Amino acid sequence: MYVAVKGGERAIENAHAWLAEERRGDPAVPELSVAQIREQMALAVNRVMAEGSLYDPDLAALAIKQARGDLIEAVFLIRAYRTTLPRFGSSLPVETAQMRCDRRISATFKDAPGGQVLGPTFDYTHRLLDFKLAAEGDVAPAPQAAPQAGPVPHITDFLNRDGLIQTEEQSEEAPPDLTRQPLEFPANRALRLQSLTRGDEGFVLGLAYSTQRGYARNHAFVGELRIGRVAVEMEVPELGFAIQIGEVELTECETVNQFSGSKTEPAQFTRGYGLVFGQTERKAISMALVDRALRWRELGEDNLGAAAQDEEFVLSHCDNIQATGFLEHIKLPHYVDFQSELELVRRLRAEAEAAREAAE
Amino acid sequence: MSDYNFAYLDEQTKRMIRRAILKALAVPGYQVPFASREMPMPYGWGTGGVQVSAACLVPEDRLKVIDQGADDTTNAVSIRRFFERTAGVATTGRTRDATLIQTRHRIPEEPLTRDQILVYQVPIPEPLRFLEPRETETRKMHSLEEYGLVHVKLYEDIARHGQIATSYAYPVKVEGRYVMDPSPIPKFDNPKLESAAVQLFGAGREQRIYALPPHCKVVSLDFEDHPFVPSKADHACDLCGSDTSYLDEVIVDDAGGRMFVCSDTDYCEGRREAGHLGRLAASGPSAPGQEDAA
Amino acid sequence: MTGGFADPSIQSAWGFRAAMMAMARPGDILKVSGAQAPAGVSVAASVLLLVLCDPETPVWLAPSHHSVALGRWIAFHTGAPVVDRRGDAVFALGAWDSLLPLTDFRIGTAEYPDRSATLIVEMETLRGQGAVLTGPGISEAAGLNLPEVAAFRANRALFPLGCDFFFTSRDRLAALPRSTVVTAPAEVI
Repeated sequence: MYVAVKGGERAIENAHAWLAEERRGDPAVPELSVAQIREQMALAVNRVMAEGSLYDPDLAALAIKQARGDLIEAVFLIRAYRTTLPRFGSSLPVETAQMRCDRRISATFKDAPGGQVLGPTFDYTHRLLDFKLAAEGDVAPAPQAAPQAGPVPHITDFLNRDGLIQTEEQSEEAPPDLTRQPLEFPANRALRLQSLTRGDEGFVLGLAYSTQRGYARNHAFVGELRIGRVAVEMEVPELGFAIQIGEVELTECETVNQFSGSKTEPAQFTRGYGLVFGQTERKAISMALVDRALRWRELGEDNLGAAAQDEEFVLSHCDNIQATGFLEHIKLPHYVDFQSELELVRRLRAEAEAAREAAE
Repeated sequence: MSDYNFAYLDEQTKRMIRRAILKALAVPGYQVPFASREMPMPYGWGTGGVQVSAACLVPEDRLKVIDQGADDTTNAVSIRRFFERTAGVATTGRTRDATLIQTRHRIPEEPLTRDQILVYQVPIPEPLRFLEPRETETRKMHSLEEYGLVHVKLYEDIARHGQIATSYAYPVKVEGRYVMDPSPIPKFDNPKLESAAVQLFGAGREQRIYALPPHCKVVSLDFEDHPFVPSKADHACDLCGSDTSYLDEVIVDDAGGRMFVCSDTDYCEGRREAGHLGRLAASGPSAPGQEDAA
Repeated sequence: MTGGFADPSIQSAWGFRAAMMAMARPGDILKVSGAQAPAGVSVAASVLLLVLCDPETPVWLAPSHHSVALGRWIAFHTGAPVVDRRGDAVFALGAWDSLLPLTDFRIGTAEYPDRSATLIVEMETLRGQGAVLTGPGISEAAGLNLPEVAAFRANRALFPLGCDFFFTSRDRLAALPRSTVVTAPAEVI
């Protein structure tokens, strides 16, 4: 009997069992704990939280473990879990000006109130493999200093005070929710930023890079990059005031971009904005560059036809869970549609052959 | 059953999908946007169909899931298990016993009846997408009933190949108004789109739901001098002998040997049980199958 | 507050299945159960409110059904806001005369015809005779005791825009999507 399609169920079960074994690897090697991943693979955890749109380092670490280190697969696990969570309400907007900064740098001013804080960065490390890490060993404690006292105002506020940079208008309007409403074009900036902050780091990086190389160039400086923890507050109707419900680590990037002015506007700098969960500065800077490129219409610039200016293109393709799902679905059987193509090609070839014979 | 809500989705999500389904039925062929949720299976693997099925299922349903016409293809198995686990519904392979059928790429051979629901998994719901990639543009075209582009594409086929070179996902016009993508079913299945059953189409990644109510008028686009022709392999099924069903081609040896078998496995089994035999039916296992193990 | 579903996920599934089949097959009369709103609302209309309404769907109550008790029941069980203007409603509930004029309800836009109101019309009775219905979902022709013909013909003329309707009486419901062509019995030969 013809059995090509039988056995699917057992095949799936066996595949799952094999996968579990491979995930564990050599049982002689100690198993990773979720805490180890959370503490020692923190930047991977941050990426999974950012693109998974869920701030929970333990769950992100668990997802990385379950996904065998495949970060997109881990993001997928987090997204699928996230959708099942009930919503209790919305927080107030976080005040990044009140951030307790671990890192804060500006490329536009040598110094500014609040100071420059390099923080735990790879920036000036020489990328030499450290073979000492191959052996386990303790690290010497880093020197300590007292935290900066006083507020750390945004660098762009200084420019804004003199009217040198375009003002971002405050709005009390509730932003649309990408995860609760179907995406509709044209999207507003809040929706674009939502989409970019959970967008694939590689995709957003590539687009940002393309603007630097001349595809809708808008010459960006990092006006400020800050990383640190902010309080999350929520208004509780029963209490009548806001209370702190937790805190999150964020990376915020504001770029200062050139702008030569238009017929209606005097010359002024403009801004791009990036805000991402965790210590994720490559992503935050990329996001700011792409945000800026997408603002061409509002700032009266020309549409140069560049990918990074194309809202539909960027928003429809930056989500790696959508992208990877659709890309990988071509592994599924397509014998029915392939068969219909096969028939068609055979028929077209037969007809061409017949026509040639008739002509001879 | 599991710790999740009946049919996995929370009630608020199901309500949103249900409202979209009602509007889709009220405007046949029009794609209703809906806030598709992230499902515990990848986009492109039936998340739209699964969400639509989840919104429609009742505990008394008997569910059939097919992929490429077959109940035992791996993704069909996976989706059927998902609903067994989350909705506790009974499942079946028999087309006539099923009350709700979720499908990918096929319409069952056996005509469906008025109490059945057929849910399609749709990858790209927009029939104009490959002619115009922009959603803002295609939405305008639908609103203005401006479908010249599709006809131009079909006509270019004729100019180049002497016939329309679209063999699956063949566009249709619904009730004389909306041009609709019937999902990647072979055009052989297009005539079956006019059915007594309720047909629902779910595209998860693209966030669209559309529908064909029973007995809805569905016309495959064509030209007077090049009428639409549903087509299939010019063979009979080697197992059940049917010469009217859609066939899969199976390579049986490395010398170019082939056999043709019904893509609708339930239909084929039913015929064989009724005593119909094809060319190779008696000759035993001649076709290599997928490996049993992973 | 009483009159809600005892087992919401299962009863909503049953209620929706009936509503969907009604919308798919205009003129079919289906039975539902499990909900009872106050102030004289039918079981069927109560089920529809619970199945379809939530905080995202403003509801307009026609004068015939406008009561504090019903407003509270809807707010408690569905969270849907009760609105003052027909034009803000995603769903409307009332007796036919009280719902008129239809022209104030949302009919969708050319690009989004789905953004239109759905009206739940409370009826004395539902019978499969009266106006003659043809179109999508109907094999040849169906009958339904619609409250009138002209308004539904005018609504059909807007297709693909227009409102969609449920008709409810006791524990029965039927539906009439905008796609249905409605003819008065006398006009049928």
